[in-house]
Amino acid sequence: MRRLLIGIALGFMALFVVVPLATVFASAFRDGISAYVHALGDSEARSAIKLTLLVAAIAVPCNVVFGLAAAWAITRFQFPGKRVLVTVIDLPFAVSPVIAGMLFVLLFGARGWFPGSHIVFAVPGIVMVTTFVTVPFVARELIPALEARGPAQELAALTLGASPWQTFWRVTLPNVKLSLVYGAILCTARAVGEFGAVSVVSGHIRGETNTVPLHVEILYNDFHYQAAFAVATVLVWIALATLVIEQALRWRMRRRR
Amino acid sequence: MQVEIEALSKAFGEYPALDAVTLTIPEGELVALLGPSGSGKTTLLRAIAGIEVPEAGRVKFGGIDVTEVPIQRRQIGFVFQDYALFEHMNVGDNIAFGLSVRRAPREEIAARVRELLALIQLDGLAGRMPRELSGGQRQRVALARALAPRPRLLLLDEPFGALDARVRRELRRWLRRLHDELHITSVFVTHDQDEAFAVADRVAVMNQGRVEQVGTPADVRGQPATAFVREFLDVQE
Amino acid sequence: MRRRALPGFGLSLGVTLAYLGLLVVIPLSTVVLKTAELPAGELWATVTSSRALASYALSLGASLVAASIDLVFGLVIAWVLVRYRFPGRRIVDALVDLPFALPTAVAGIALTATWSPHGLFGRVLPLAYSRAGVVVALVFIGLPFAVRSVQPVLEALDPRLEEAAATLGATRVQTFRRVVLPALRPALVTGFALAFARGLGEYGSVVFISGNMPMKTEITPLLIMTKLEQFDYAGATALALVILAASFAILIAVNGLAWRGKKRVRPPAAQVVR
Repeated sequence: MRRLLIGIALGFMALFVVVPLATVFASAFRDGISAYVHALGDSEARSAIKLTLLVAAIAVPCNVVFGLAAAWAITRFQFPGKRVLVTVIDLPFAVSPVIAGMLFVLLFGARGWFPGSHIVFAVPGIVMVTTFVTVPFVARELIPALEARGPAQELAALTLGASPWQTFWRVTLPNVKLSLVYGAILCTARAVGEFGAVSVVSGHIRGETNTVPLHVEILYNDFHYQAAFAVATVLVWIALATLVIEQALRWRMRRRR
Repeated sequence: MQVEIEALSKAFGEYPALDAVTLTIPEGELVALLGPSGSGKTTLLRAIAGIEVPEAGRVKFGGIDVTEVPIQRRQIGFVFQDYALFEHMNVGDNIAFGLSVRRAPREEIAARVRELLALIQLDGLAGRMPRELSGGQRQRVALARALAPRPRLLLLDEPFGALDARVRRELRRWLRRLHDELHITSVFVTHDQDEAFAVADRVAVMNQGRVEQVGTPADVRGQPATAFVREFLDVQE
Repeated sequence: MRRRALPGFGLSLGVTLAYLGLLVVIPLSTVVLKTAELPAGELWATVTSSRALASYALSLGASLVAASIDLVFGLVIAWVLVRYRFPGRRIVDALVDLPFALPTAVAGIALTATWSPHGLFGRVLPLAYSRAGVVVALVFIGLPFAVRSVQPVLEALDPRLEEAAATLGATRVQTFRRVVLPALRPALVTGFALAFARGLGEYGSVVFISGNMPMKTEITPLLIMTKLEQFDYAGATALALVILAASFAILIAVNGLAWRGKKRVRPPAAQVVR
């Protein structure tokens, strides 16, 4: 029975997870290493990588600051409407990516509320939609972490004469370090890989408004399979790195208890 | 420094934790707030610290109204029931915290930390982390941490509650000796009358948000002022 | 306003409300307001056009089937990870999260390459460019939700319950059916619902493998995208509303069930994984 179950589990994983993963690499290197490097060095690919990094560099810090503010307000104070607030924070999770993109088109598109604002079909739109989609990640990690700690240490710091900011930097933050980093990593991974939402607002202007996932799509639809998979490996490396870091962090969080 | 509490009231929702409490804590004395759970003694202590904000009434330190003054400017030392040590800092940094947030010079901080470690008899343990210490040791570190910035008022919330009987009695004696040495005005909360009478100069018996009686241990035991006080002391006998 | 002892209330709440208001509430309200603009008849026509209905059938149907598959195999995988030791267990545990961490576009092309007629499995069973392909993609996407919902509950399960059942003479199967499964039920339902809700709105991983043939393999999100490209904002919004309503309904149901589940089966401090 044991062998059977393990076999089924491993078989399923191999079928649905491992093989597709391997296919990415196999296809990327199908024409040899030089073709692989060439695809990554392509100027459009490099623009896509730069844009993706830019978007992540804005979206993640914004959501980290938001996550800290929201978690502090929610876990340290009583006020009416807290449940509603937590639900609103979770809303971006429940919204399909294409719909998320659509929201911003409705706001800033040619027939939207603020037409002619150069936001959609341009970089600002991509940044906004990516930030929208990744709003919950950091807050959802920080809220339980701050909740579990309770305000005792912060109150102690205040009684010892620390100012509010000193308390925050020297007592609050170090205590939620792991959860903060974990949330930021999840946020980054999603920001880098977001496809559906960005697809809607991007306008697909090569070299300008294509992120790495969009660039992969363009290559694939143009039948440049080897190049598409080559660029895709960048995203796979990031995803695998995310998994490794997540495991390491989770292991350390477990040890703390 | 004398502490005056005037008509302090605080409710948690419907529940009246403090009901127009008036009390004076004379300078340099060690006063116990004694009572059953729910009597409001911890709420009163926290209100003196500024951790609870009262709905009505005043708190005065040395004649000056501090009711609107935030916690961090009251110059108090507070020992929490579960110690609330900074888990990510070692013992030395915990004790040094109050001085380092005031940006005192490093040598001064280091000297003071050594002085306090000697006082609490934990010399050489500055590098340990809180989770490596026993309950009694953590308690003493919490106390040292509160004393390091030379507060003008020391507040202790059931300081010996979580410890076993033998350690409790030892620390009790030790706290009394410490007070005799330092003479800081101190208030501590307890539900244990033996503890209150053994340690304190003055005892305030509380019940349902009110002070039933204040006096020296001898006065309170010898002449209980209300039926509640009489019963409470008898039951605990 | 009474002063609060802990500082930072005004600042933190202010930042939170402003950020959420601008970035989340206002964009989401465009859907509601836009829909209110439309004449009801037109709204209904768009939402019930045959193309739209075909897309719902596909999105709903495929998500249901995929979530069910994920439920069964997710349970097996979680069971194997929690109850057995074998070489490579840690790696398998980490890989379960891969569909969650991997960008959907990459998942899309990888799955298509695997199951297309030239692909490794597609040579034998070409599932790409069909409804079955959509199901495959959704199974991939939903797997982590199914496994990670069940895993912590399994880990926290008191082995004494099963031991007690065994001493009372129950066979392994009976113990599983009557002791373990009921305890897992809330987690199984949650995992199913999350996988299902995710599948409804999924775009990136499906849009490559499905072939996108209208009336046959066109998922609703793609239809929305098409309408946006044609500047039919109204139509896109109407369809979006249908999907949003379905997703929110599921989420509310899940939260409701999770609530009731908590009353019967107390999930212990199972925040071990998180």
